[in-house]
Amino acid sequence: MSTLTYAVSDSATMLRRQLRHMQRYLSMTLMLIGMPIVFLLLFVYVFGGTLGNGLGGPAGGRAQYLEYVTPGILLMAVAASAQGTAISVAMDMTEGIIARFRTMAIFRPSVLTGHVLGSMVQTMLSLAVVTGVALLIGFRPSAGPVEWVAAAGVLALITLALTWLSVALGMVTKTVEAASNLPMPLVFLPFLGSGFVPTDSMPTGLRWFAEDQPFTPVIETVRGLLLGTAIGNSAVIAVAWCAGITLVGYLWARKLYNRDPTP
Amino acid sequence: MTTTTTTTRSQPAIRATGLRKSFGDQLVLDGIDLDVVEGTVFALLGPNGAGKTTTVQILSTLIGADAGEVRVAGHDLAQHPDAVREVIGVTGQFSAVDQLLTGEENLILMADLRHLDRAEGRRRTADLLDQFDLAEAAGQMAATYSGGMRRRLDLAMTLVGDPRIIFLDEPTAGLDPRSRRSMWQIIRDLVAGGVTIFLTTQYLEEADQLADRVAVLDNGRLIAEGTPDALKRRIPGGHIRLQFADLPGLESAARALGEPTRDNDTLTLQVPSDGGVGSLRALLDQLDGASIEVDSLSVHLPDLDDVFLALTGQPDKESETVP
Repeated sequence: MSTLTYAVSDSATMLRRQLRHMQRYLSMTLMLIGMPIVFLLLFVYVFGGTLGNGLGGPAGGRAQYLEYVTPGILLMAVAASAQGTAISVAMDMTEGIIARFRTMAIFRPSVLTGHVLGSMVQTMLSLAVVTGVALLIGFRPSAGPVEWVAAAGVLALITLALTWLSVALGMVTKTVEAASNLPMPLVFLPFLGSGFVPTDSMPTGLRWFAEDQPFTPVIETVRGLLLGTAIGNSAVIAVAWCAGITLVGYLWARKLYNRDPTP
Repeated sequence: MTTTTTTTRSQPAIRATGLRKSFGDQLVLDGIDLDVVEGTVFALLGPNGAGKTTTVQILSTLIGADAGEVRVAGHDLAQHPDAVREVIGVTGQFSAVDQLLTGEENLILMADLRHLDRAEGRRRTADLLDQFDLAEAAGQMAATYSGGMRRRLDLAMTLVGDPRIIFLDEPTAGLDPRSRRSMWQIIRDLVAGGVTIFLTTQYLEEADQLADRVAVLDNGRLIAEGTPDALKRRIPGGHIRLQFADLPGLESAARALGEPTRDNDTLTLQVPSDGGVGSLRALLDQLDGASIEVDSLSVHLPDLDDVFLALTGQPDKESETVP
C-alpha cells in the first residue's frame, strides 16, 4: 500500500475513534453546543432591545440585533469547539495508547488528523444547531442556496484553521487544565471584533485591533453572505487568514507531535 | 519455529551497540550492547531507574538514542523506523489501551491500523478475545476493566498484527500471582510459535522462569550478561536465620553447626542453605540431636538485592559476560 492510501485509511480509522470518543463523552459535546446558544439567547433577549436601537437601522430593536449578532455567535461556537479540541487533544496525549500509536507503522500524523476531522464534524454539528435555534427565534436571512453554501464554506475554513491551532495548543501545554485555558482568548475574540457591535462604535485603539483581527473579516463575510450586507475585500482577507492559521497550526502541531515524548 | 529462509537463522532479532541516552544532565544509558537471538526470550533485569524502560523505548522506536547503532530484524532503527514498526509489538509499563473504547473496539482499532482486511480483523479480534478470556467483557468500556483485564487487553492488542518481535516492559508488575502465572504461560506460548521476546523485569524469578539469556542493568550500564543459571552461580546462596532465647543457646548451637556467621547482639546465626526442604530438615535434625532449643527460624533466598550486591559490589563496574 502506498503512503497516500495509508494516510487516508489511517486518518479514517482515527476519525472513527474520535467519533466514538464524542459519543462516550457526550457531556463535553453538549457543553460546547450549549454555550453559544446561551450567549445567543442572552444577547438577543437581555441586551438585544437596547443594542438593536444603536445599530441605526430602519427596524431597530431586538429583531434587528438578532440579525446582526447571529454571525458573531456562530464564530463563538467555532471558537468554543476549538477550546474543546485543545482539551481533548491534551487528555489524549496523557494516555498510554498514544505511545502505542507511535510504535506502529501507521501514517504518523493520523492521530492528529483524526482529531481535526472529528472536531470538524462536531463543530459543523454545533453550527447547525445554533443556526437552527437562531431561525427558531426569528433569524430571517436573505441568503439563497448559493450564499448558504458559501457561508458554510467560510465557517468550515475558519473551523479548520482554529482546530489545527488548538491541536497544537493542546500539545504545547503540560496539563489538561492549561490546555483548557490557553484557547480561552479565542472565545472572546468575537467580542473584540464586529461580532456583537459595529467596530466604528469603538474607541480608536480598540477599533484598530477589532478591524484587523482575523475574526472580523470572517464575521463580515458570513454576515454579508447571509444578510446581504457589503462584503468588500473581507472575503479575501478572511480566506487568507484561514489559510495562514491552518498552515501555522498544522506545522506547529506536527512538530510538537514528532518530538520525543517526555519520559 | 518456521523459518522460510535459512539466512534469517543466524541473524539476531535485535542488535544494539554503544547505546547512549541522556535526559538533560542525567545520563540514563551509558553505552550498552545487546544481542538477542531470534526466537528466544531476553530478559533485562534491573532495579527502578536503571534504564530498562528507556532501553525498551529506544528499541521500539518511541524515542531516539543519543548515540549507538541498533538493528531490529535487520532494519536500521534510525534509518527505517517504519520497517522496524512493521515487525514489532510493544506492551509498555503503562496501560496502552483506549479507555473510552470497548475491549472489542480496541482490538478492531489495532486490526485497522495494522491494515488487516475487515473480515480478517474481526476474526483475529474474536480469537484474541477468547484466548485472553475477555469475550464476556468485550462490549464494555476498557475504563471499567480490572488491572489484570486491562493488562490482558493490552497484550492482546499488541498481538493483533502477529509481530515477530515483542517488547514487554515489566509485563507482570502489579499482577496477582495467578495472573502472573497466566502471563508467563502466554509468553511461553508465543515463544513456542517462534516469536522473539524482549522483556524487562525486577524479578529474578521471572527472568529465571522465562529467559534464555539475562542481562543485568544498573545505572545505565550492563554489569552482567548470561544464562539464568550462570548468573545465579554468581550470587551468594540463601541462608537460614536462627534466633535464640539466650546467649548459652546461641553458643552451643554455633559450636554444633561449625561456627556459622553469628550476631551476639540479636542472638542470631546465619547458616548457609539452598532453602530446600531437605537441607532444612537436616539442619533441624542436627539441632535436635544436640538438644538445642531454637526460638524462631526464617529462610532467606537470594533475591534481586543479592544479585545487585554481588554484582555491583565489585570495585570496577565493567561489563562482563559469563558463558
